[in-house]
Amino acid sequence: MKLRNTLLAAIGLAFAATAAHAELKVGVVLSATGPAASLGIPEKNSIALLPTTIGGESVSYIVLDDASDTTTAVKNARKLVDEEKVDVIIGSTTSPASLAMIDVAAETQTPMISMAASARIVSPMDDKKRWIFKTPQNDLQMASAIIAHMTANKVKKVSFIGFANAYGEGWYEQFKKQADAQGIEIAANERFNPADTSVTGQALKLMSAKPDAIFIAGSGTPAALPQKALRERGYKGPIYQTHGVANNDFLRICGKDCEGTLLPVGPLQMARSLPDSNPVKASALVYVEKYEAAHGEGSISSFGGYAWDAGVLLQAAVPTALKAAKPGTPEFRAELRNALEGVKEAAGATGIYTMSAEDHLGLDERSRVMIEIRNGEWSLLK
Amino acid sequence: MDMEIALILGQDGITNGAIYALLALALVLVFAVTRVIFIQQGEFVAYGALTLAMMQGGTVPATVWLLLVMGVLVTALDGSAALRAGQVRRAAAVAGWNLVYPLALLAVLAGLPVNELPLAVQVLLTLGVVVPLGPMMYRLMYQPIASAPVLILLIVSVALHITMVGLGLLFFGAEGQRTPAFSDASFDLGPLMISGQTLWVLAVSSLLIVALYQFFERTLYGKALRATAINRVGARLMGISPTLAGKLTFFLAAFIGALSGVLIAPITTIYYDTGFLIALKGFVAAIIGGLASYPVAALGALIVGLLEAFASFWASAYKEVIVFTLIIPVLLWRSLNSRHVEEEE
Repeated sequence: MKLRNTLLAAIGLAFAATAAHAELKVGVVLSATGPAASLGIPEKNSIALLPTTIGGESVSYIVLDDASDTTTAVKNARKLVDEEKVDVIIGSTTSPASLAMIDVAAETQTPMISMAASARIVSPMDDKKRWIFKTPQNDLQMASAIIAHMTANKVKKVSFIGFANAYGEGWYEQFKKQADAQGIEIAANERFNPADTSVTGQALKLMSAKPDAIFIAGSGTPAALPQKALRERGYKGPIYQTHGVANNDFLRICGKDCEGTLLPVGPLQMARSLPDSNPVKASALVYVEKYEAAHGEGSISSFGGYAWDAGVLLQAAVPTALKAAKPGTPEFRAELRNALEGVKEAAGATGIYTMSAEDHLGLDERSRVMIEIRNGEWSLLK
Repeated sequence: MDMEIALILGQDGITNGAIYALLALALVLVFAVTRVIFIQQGEFVAYGALTLAMMQGGTVPATVWLLLVMGVLVTALDGSAALRAGQVRRAAAVAGWNLVYPLALLAVLAGLPVNELPLAVQVLLTLGVVVPLGPMMYRLMYQPIASAPVLILLIVSVALHITMVGLGLLFFGAEGQRTPAFSDASFDLGPLMISGQTLWVLAVSSLLIVALYQFFERTLYGKALRATAINRVGARLMGISPTLAGKLTFFLAAFIGALSGVLIAPITTIYYDTGFLIALKGFVAAIIGGLASYPVAALGALIVGLLEAFASFWASAYKEVIVFTLIIPVLLWRSLNSRHVEEEE
């Protein structure tokens, strides 16, 4: 792993050296290798699609890999600020890494746009987090979509199983808060590890509570394991998943056991099938077409969209900041932060961003839709 | 919890336990004969499963290139040594096994429509690709330092483990794979539903354990391995080549690893780094057996499997903690109950 890091750092440096004369410098930290690689790779691909001039200023992107490791992410962020003198940081892929990078960004007064999901990255707002913005929907928005769907379908009793890590815990917190408010009972609460090879025990426990529905809070292909175990044990009721599973590898691994799975996703995932009245459709399609032209039909994932939207925010904010200061100075970074906070109705691939001093995410209910897996494909619920 | 749940958990635990047992046996074997702690065992599990998945995906498995590269290195080392000693026949044999065989395998995999072949042939080809990596690894990495202290051998193992995980990511990508089950049959036994794959796992592991027993009890090579395990110097004086013993051991360990991978790939999703955790549980079992006793290690593996299954029912958030904490009372009991022998350096 060490060797891999060194190599990647070397590649990153080589990349940096060729781009040394550009005016606006954007530092990117993402997880192109390691457990979060399936999220980080589309992000990396999307960074490559971002415009090379904004507001008449040329832009260079310096991409470093953190190997899904928190310590490396912090080291990379520091390197970007100290050695590369970047004006803004985009990153990182995972929530733990992004949370850890907040200190670096705040200390060096560099605006940072995270591509990770946790709400704690930008709230509660404080002196440090005023430098931090993020593009993916909060669990809050996604959980509210699930709760709304459950209430509409008269689900009264739910069994919950989540990752035994921050992802699962975070979801449980959000979900429980909203379920309690809606009078939905959580009958069983179980955990499993992404690396587990069997979840039979948990599946039995979930089913023995006789729930109306089961909610699995996991991300990526590991979230298929409980679903397969439940179906194998004869569970016939509805299963909800989170948007963390919305990639095609999940469909491939889960196969026919995932028919009928319900989940909330960002509109990007469904861009083509959205009705024209959907406000995000046009801006999402811009990204979809660009990405698919470079990486092939059906290669799109919401994670790449988060990186793209970091670019959208920059395109909305940088021209304003350029009027007040020159890139490469502390004044410019402060102006850029103010401009990011003032972004209004910026249409990205994930949703429409309207920032404020209190809200550094800026997304509303336009940033998610409920979908179902039907015939091995994602399809929009009407 | 009622009887039905206990039965289902028991079945789940025994299935997992059977795989842990195989891996524990391999770990004990490798340690007894070569004093190497075989951390890479898990990578052979993942390589086996993912090589099969790649074949079924219709691509030439990348592991065959690794086989070729290692084969070339072995040929260069052993072949040139044999030629310098004037042993032309031996050089030819070395080249045959390490150069011609991987090339032939590559030709078969690239030339035939492998994804359309019957599953049994695919499994054989998978074993044919992954298993020879074991003895080649011994030849290249361990044989030159065969008499080094256990600690150095362990460090080499850690290095190889990390290298193999990295190569695994390169070969197979970050995403997991599942292969189709050997049979879709399932049997209802009272409240239990036993899938065909579970029976395959149990049958193959018991068969393999019996075969290994026979091998060690009845055959000359098996007895040679046992002799090496009991007394390395003594065995050498009796004309048993430690090199041969090492290669044979690694062959068996790689075979067990790859076969385990092929067996569990239909039951669970295998990622390039899944093997480590599976092998680690096999390692807990091997520790229960004191890295010396095969029956106790196999029994330990069953305990680990069952403990895991029941822990996941009662306290799913602490499952891993419970399984790995098992090692502490076991070590305590072992250290109180056994005579401490300093390793001779």
